[in-house]
This record gives sequence, structure tokens and C-alpha cells, in this order.
Amino acid sequence: MFLINCPYCGERDQSEFSAGGEAHILRPKQPTELSDDQWAEYLFMRKNIKGVQFERWNHAHGCRKWFNMIRDTSNDKIHAVYKMGEKPPLK
Amino acid sequence: MKNKYSIFSLIKNAFSYHENWQRAWRDPEPKKEYDAIIIGGGGHGLATAFYLAKKHNMTNIAVVEKGWIGGGNTGRNTTIIRSNYLWDASAGLYDHALKIWEGLSQELNYNVMFSQRGVMNLAHNLQDVRDLKRRTHANRLNGIDAVWLNTEEVKEFCPIINTSPDIRYPVLGGTLQRRAGTARHDAVAWGYARGADAMGVDIIQNCEVKGIKRNGDSVEGIETTKGFIKTKKIGVVAAGHSSVIANMVDLKLPLESKPLQALVSEPVKPIIDTVVMSNAVHAYVSQSDKGELVIGAGTDAYVSYTQRGSHDVVEGTLKAILELYPIFSRMKMLRQWGGIVDICPDASPIISKTHIKGLYFNCGWGTGGFKATPGSGDLFAHTIANDEPHKLNADFNINRFVSGDLVDEHGAAAVAH
Repeated sequence: MFLINCPYCGERDQSEFSAGGEAHILRPKQPTELSDDQWAEYLFMRKNIKGVQFERWNHAHGCRKWFNMIRDTSNDKIHAVYKMGEKPPLK
Repeated sequence: MKNKYSIFSLIKNAFSYHENWQRAWRDPEPKKEYDAIIIGGGGHGLATAFYLAKKHNMTNIAVVEKGWIGGGNTGRNTTIIRSNYLWDASAGLYDHALKIWEGLSQELNYNVMFSQRGVMNLAHNLQDVRDLKRRTHANRLNGIDAVWLNTEEVKEFCPIINTSPDIRYPVLGGTLQRRAGTARHDAVAWGYARGADAMGVDIIQNCEVKGIKRNGDSVEGIETTKGFIKTKKIGVVAAGHSSVIANMVDLKLPLESKPLQALVSEPVKPIIDTVVMSNAVHAYVSQSDKGELVIGAGTDAYVSYTQRGSHDVVEGTLKAILELYPIFSRMKMLRQWGGIVDICPDASPIISKTHIKGLYFNCGWGTGGFKATPGSGDLFAHTIANDEPHKLNADFNINRFVSGDLVDEHGAAAVAH
């Protein structure tokens, strides 16, 4: 439970948002060329990091826009919020 | 040699004011090398060690635990035990566990307070009715006891449920597994720890794993806060922290770790003598032997290792509880907590070898691992000792996410995630 600074609406309660999981997983460019292993990697395998993680969020009960967020999953502290397509402000 | 717990030992110790009970398990320093090491001293890890020693004669083994045994999800769950899962693979897995539960107190010489008070799952809409009836039939084909109850029979079985047709999600019926029930969660960890210790297993607490040493494709040992320990076989049973261990060897798992919450009320006189779960409105409740209502809430939708959970999740659960049980409206909740559950995309566990020789994972139990503790330990011990799965856990291998042969149990998982 925390506050999220939506890049479009400003600071709102986390309950207004829905989490979209790990960010920067690229959709396969040529799905027909993919092996089963590559599909499994794309669909299911996750880093699930304890610590600083890059993730996608959606302001579901607000502007309904997607954006990215850098959050420490060990204490729910948010380090940065940035729009889709933008470069992450932290490495 | 452990003294046997019995009515006589109780009387004998009463004369010395219960001050001379034998230690239930030792507190050893780690040896330099073990035949196998289990990472994670929860119920599943301790059960694995117990069955490795008991059934496979592997007694030169250790369980390493970063905190205290049973201090993670083993001590945080709502203690529900049942086996009414849909698919054949799951039915085999969970009923194997339930059968061990039925004799566990005798096997361990430790009262795990297993109480077969029944578990009832409610249906609130037409699709629930269809799904639950289908599951009842599937259960019975697999030899698992299950009956369908209509609304009146639900009311008769648990009179405090509000079965009025004018509530937001009316009760249209439910399933009942009478062999299901609850057990004392701490006792399960302590009983397995005591039993494993008696056979020579070292239980090393406050020992966090910091790294896994590899030599090519096989494991050589673990780096811990108590130094390096050599071993050729490592069984990881780290629940919510499974990915943390997996990341040490660059192994990716199909898991997401999320907080799952539970809460208990002030103690009251016996009012509910069974376990009632509702998947659709997400509320389940039972009553502990102390008289507290034990209520399970849902998971947060985001990855977090905080062991807290969000307030709105608890609020949603309590709204549903109050609608279904208006009698609880003045109850005060005393404690709330969160545990970190590792959730698989198909809501089924992984009990499997990995591509790294000597490294085994038992994870992905998500929101429902407690019920499987004895079976999980037994099958994981078999997998580690023989370097191949038992037929009951063969379907729960890690390669199912590549082959697509998933065991989708979202319907039976009872906690929406």
C-alpha cells in the first residue's frame, strides 16, 4: 500500500492502479520463428527481483494510461516513474 | 535418542514442573560437508529432510533457514487442508498429502492437531455452480470425497451463513469435502523438525544463503552467513524467496512473489465448526481452537516481498465476510499479517529437477502450500534421493512451461490471483 505518482494525473492511492508485471519484456518480432524455449521465456519466466525492479503499471481507475515504474520490492519504495517509450531514468 | 511423548511423559514431567523436558531439536553448527542441503526451514523443507532421512536413509543432511524454523509462511497461513482439486495430477498430489495428514500425529509422535472438520466451497453464480459441480464429479472419479450441497443443505451444515436470496452474491450451493480440515501449523514444523533431528539431520537456523557455488553444470555447495558448506545436492524450498535463490545461479523461474494476507479476530465461543471458503467473493473463514476467527484475504496484485499487504485487500475481504456472516459485524480483528507467496502462472507447484545437476526446486505453491506439506516433503525427498521425480510429481516439472502441458488449477486454488 503506497502512493503512486502517475505521470499524467499526479499522486494517487495505489488502489487506483493495476500492476502489469515486469517491464521491458519485448514482444517477439517474428513469433512464427520462436522455439518453445523462447516462448516459455517470453510468456512465463520472470526475474521476480527482491530489490529494485522495473515494472509496468496502469492507472486503471484514473486516466487508464500505462506507464513504467522503478520500485524496490523489498520495501515498496518508488524510485522513479516514467512514460512508456521513455528511457528509464535509472540503470 | 528422543524421549517419546505420551501421557506418561506428561505426568512424569508434571512432577518437575515441566522444567526438564528434553530439547526438541539441537542447535548445531554446520559441518563442512553434507550429502544434501535443504534451503528453507518451513514445513515443506523440514518434511523433505524428515523423509530423506526416514525413507531414503540420507541422514548426513542439513536444513538451513535464514530466520527461525516455521517463521515464514508455515506460521502465516490459515491452516486449511483439503484435496478437492480438479485435474488428475493435482488430485494425486494433494490427496497423497491428505492421506499422510491422516496419520501424521502418530508418525511424528507429535500432535499436529489435525482436525477433519470439513471444507465447504460456496457457489454464488451459475458459472460457480457449473464449475463446482464439475469439480465434484472430477474429485469422485479420482476417489476423493466430495458432495454437492444445495442452498438449504449449506444452511443446515453451517447455520450462520446468510443464505438470503437478496444479498449481492447469493449462496446458490456449495461443495463439501468432509475429510478436509485444519491442523496446527507451528506443530507441523516443530514435529517434522523434532523427527528429522532425531535421525541426525542438522537444522541450522539464522543461517542465510548468500550464494550457490557451481562447477560447470553441477553444484558444489552454498555460501552462507555461517560460511561455505560443501554439498552435491541442494533442495530449494524457499517459498516466496525461491526466485532470489534461483537468481543466484541465473535460473529464471515462472514465479511472481506477492503478499498474501490473513487476519484473526478476538477469541469467541465456538460458532463455526467447519471451514467455509468462497472463491467468487473472496472470503474464507474458520475458527481456531482458541476461538479466534481465522480469515484469509487475497493477494496484492503486484510483486512485493514486504510481508505486509494492502489495506484495500483486507477491506474487500471483510465486506464479503460481513455480507455472508452478518453475525460477525461487531467482531474486532486483533492481528493482521502478510506472507510472501510464490505464484506460478497455472496456480500449480513446481517439484522438479533443474538443468543444473544436483539442484532441485520445490516452489510455486502460491496461496495453498500448507495443505500439501507432508506430500510435498515426501515427493521432493524422493526426487532428490533418486534424481528423478516420483510418478505423483512428474507432471509438476519445470519443463511444463516449455511444453505447454500446464496444470491449470486457478479454479480450485480458492484464492484469486
